[in-house]
Amino acid sequence: MTRKQQRFIFVFVGIALLALAIGLILSAMQDGISFFKTPTEIVRQSLDSQKRLRLGGMVVKGSVKRQGKQLNFTITDYETELNISYMGVVPDLFKEGQGVVLEGYLDQNKQFNADLLLAKHDENYMPKEVADSMKNIPIKTMDEKK
Amino acid sequence: MLAEVGHFTLILAFTIASFQMVIGLLPLFLTNNIHPLIIKTTTRAAILQAIMLFFSFSALLILFANSDFSLHIIYSHSHSQKPLFYKLAATWGNHEGSILLFVLIISLLGAALAAFGKKLEVKFASVTLSIQSMLAAAFTGFIIFTSNPFERLADIPLEGNNLNPLLQDWALAIHPPLLYFGYVGLSIPFSFAVAALLTAKVDEQWARWVRPWTLFAWSCLTGGIALGSYWAYYELGWGGFWFWDPVENASLMPWLAATALLHSAIVMEKRGALGSWTILLAIIAFGLSLLGTFIVRSGILTSVHAFAVDPARGLVILAILTFFMGGAFTLYALNASNIKRKGIFAPISREGALLLNNLLISVMLVTVFVGTLYPLLIDAIGANKISVGAPFFNQTFIPLGVPLLILLPLGAMINWKKADLLSAMRPLLWVFLLSFATMLFSLYISGHSGVLAWAAILLGIWLIYGAIWELLHSARFGQIEWHLALGRLIRLRAAKFAMMFAHMGIGIMVLGLAAMSAWRVENIQDMTVGDKMQIMGYELEFMTVENQLGSNYNAIVGNFMLSKNGKDLSLISTEKRRYLKRSSPTTEVGLYNSLFGQIYIAFGQLAENNRVQLRAYYNPLVVFIWLGPLLMMLGGFISLIDRKSRQVNLRKNRN
Repeated sequence: MTRKQQRFIFVFVGIALLALAIGLILSAMQDGISFFKTPTEIVRQSLDSQKRLRLGGMVVKGSVKRQGKQLNFTITDYETELNISYMGVVPDLFKEGQGVVLEGYLDQNKQFNADLLLAKHDENYMPKEVADSMKNIPIKTMDEKK
Repeated sequence: MLAEVGHFTLILAFTIASFQMVIGLLPLFLTNNIHPLIIKTTTRAAILQAIMLFFSFSALLILFANSDFSLHIIYSHSHSQKPLFYKLAATWGNHEGSILLFVLIISLLGAALAAFGKKLEVKFASVTLSIQSMLAAAFTGFIIFTSNPFERLADIPLEGNNLNPLLQDWALAIHPPLLYFGYVGLSIPFSFAVAALLTAKVDEQWARWVRPWTLFAWSCLTGGIALGSYWAYYELGWGGFWFWDPVENASLMPWLAATALLHSAIVMEKRGALGSWTILLAIIAFGLSLLGTFIVRSGILTSVHAFAVDPARGLVILAILTFFMGGAFTLYALNASNIKRKGIFAPISREGALLLNNLLISVMLVTVFVGTLYPLLIDAIGANKISVGAPFFNQTFIPLGVPLLILLPLGAMINWKKADLLSAMRPLLWVFLLSFATMLFSLYISGHSGVLAWAAILLGIWLIYGAIWELLHSARFGQIEWHLALGRLIRLRAAKFAMMFAHMGIGIMVLGLAAMSAWRVENIQDMTVGDKMQIMGYELEFMTVENQLGSNYNAIVGNFMLSKNGKDLSLISTEKRRYLKRSSPTTEVGLYNSLFGQIYIAFGQLAENNRVQLRAYYNPLVVFIWLGPLLMMLGGFISLIDRKSRQVNLRKNRN
């Protein structure tokens, strides 16, 4: 075996593995990814209900209701409100008036069925996406709504 | 006063590091006869710098212990009623203090290298220490100019804000230091790699120097990640142990790179091959550590774990990252072609197997890297905001990891240079049959179903038996008479046992992961005192509920009697705690270990009219998920001690 042959074999195997990895990545992109939307975007756009969505907002005070294992509440980006229903474990840091990130699917009645609910370890937390999208809203209206 | 001393020693450390960084590079330009003087200077500077940072960090520890609320970070992260242990742990439970710990470890490792690295070539040692102190200078500068932990408040508050309650836990108190030893430990292989490129020192000897430091970093990183995962499991209260969250991925990436580096350095040490690849891995491994630090600190990716987030400071870390990686890659590009290529080997050989291991780990690393940073890229080009979740990683990481693990026992025992695959496979056929029989036996005993899950269990058993066979094979069982082999087994180097532990650890972890993803049982129920709940043949009876007063929190404690077939097993309790000055409650879970699983109970949300929601899980083999990494870490440390003692013996024999 010459040095050239040796290198050829290894480069070939390396490229083949990399191609395999890229193939796996591309196929996993089909359903391993969720698209981030704000409540406003969700209400305004007509969205494909098959698509998995990730959603951030602040939990509206007084909106949280529990029915057995199911949790219903409303979130807002200080412009639009959206009803959420969630089944599963509620993190301790989930609270009214605080930021939350949800993942799940939108149904025909514009109700969002979440299967993942994230509240952060940090108590002064507003989801980054909410903070970003709120840059466009005048500060005055935010204060009024608080 | 103490705060000022701490601040002053920090500035001194910065000055010393800057000085050392320049002096250490001089051997590259000056003649040989002056080198001993320079190495003496840099050695002392490295040790002095570590002492200064040690003073600085100790000052901060004492200030935290005394609850000196005149300091901004102590006011924000501590409370006078907190137990002493958590007062001390709060020192690194915030951005400023944790970066100080980070740089202290950089410096301590540099000093250790200076003190113990006497056998290194003088020029090489000097340049390595220079690179290491360049890192120390960059990060002390970062602290001094952007994140001074000793900053005072104008008005001294009477009481502090308390540490985030989730951090008031033993596992999370020691998780960051361990993880930092792992992250920062990779700085030494990095400095070695850059020094190797600068002094054209890429050979077997270099690999021999770099390997123990990599082993040390890798072992700490393994332990740190496992501890973080265990913490998430029992402290966050929903029993998850890995979420493919950016912050977790940030620690997984350097771990993968370090794992690859460990294996490629073996090839380089034994056979002199793969030199340039190993150098590249050493650079990348530390680069990923810095990237991890950046991701965690900047909050640039949405994560549930991120603490102490500050985008502006994140940018400075990004600048440091760019500087060191840019510099190292430029050096690599300029010098890589000069690295001598040695050690021809056939594709089917130990070298070939280790290279395949490296290629597979690298592509696994690529998938994690893409999945973690892709949302950033998409956001940057303004296309969309997306997040990449667990399904993505499960579909990419696992298919690449499985072949790696299947081939592991085979690759670990074939010959160097050129191997005969068939003769190696024959004994492994017996190992496989034994694994299969064990799997069938477990299937029969447990009665669980699921083809994929049992295939994964088979893989786990195969790895465990394979690891044992590796050891027996080294003692030449089956080739010579068994009592002779037994004699050889006892006299085998500890490193052989270390390898068995590490590889066995992976198998044990696979068993836990397989069982947990397939056979976990969950039950949620609203309960009042006297109610009963069934789970996996166990019965939980709600006995009492009481209020308890902790040192810095109030708790509602629920006590449950666990029984099976009418026989009481244990009283387990779960708590909702509310810490002083903190509004959100935290959950303490109750655990009960049986032979093959763990009962896990946690209060859900407290409902009205005296009812509480109880979540109970039966988590099969869950402990294996951390037992495996623990064995891997143990293997790493055994190997380290073995190397050290062998070197001492070699030196004794020589004298």
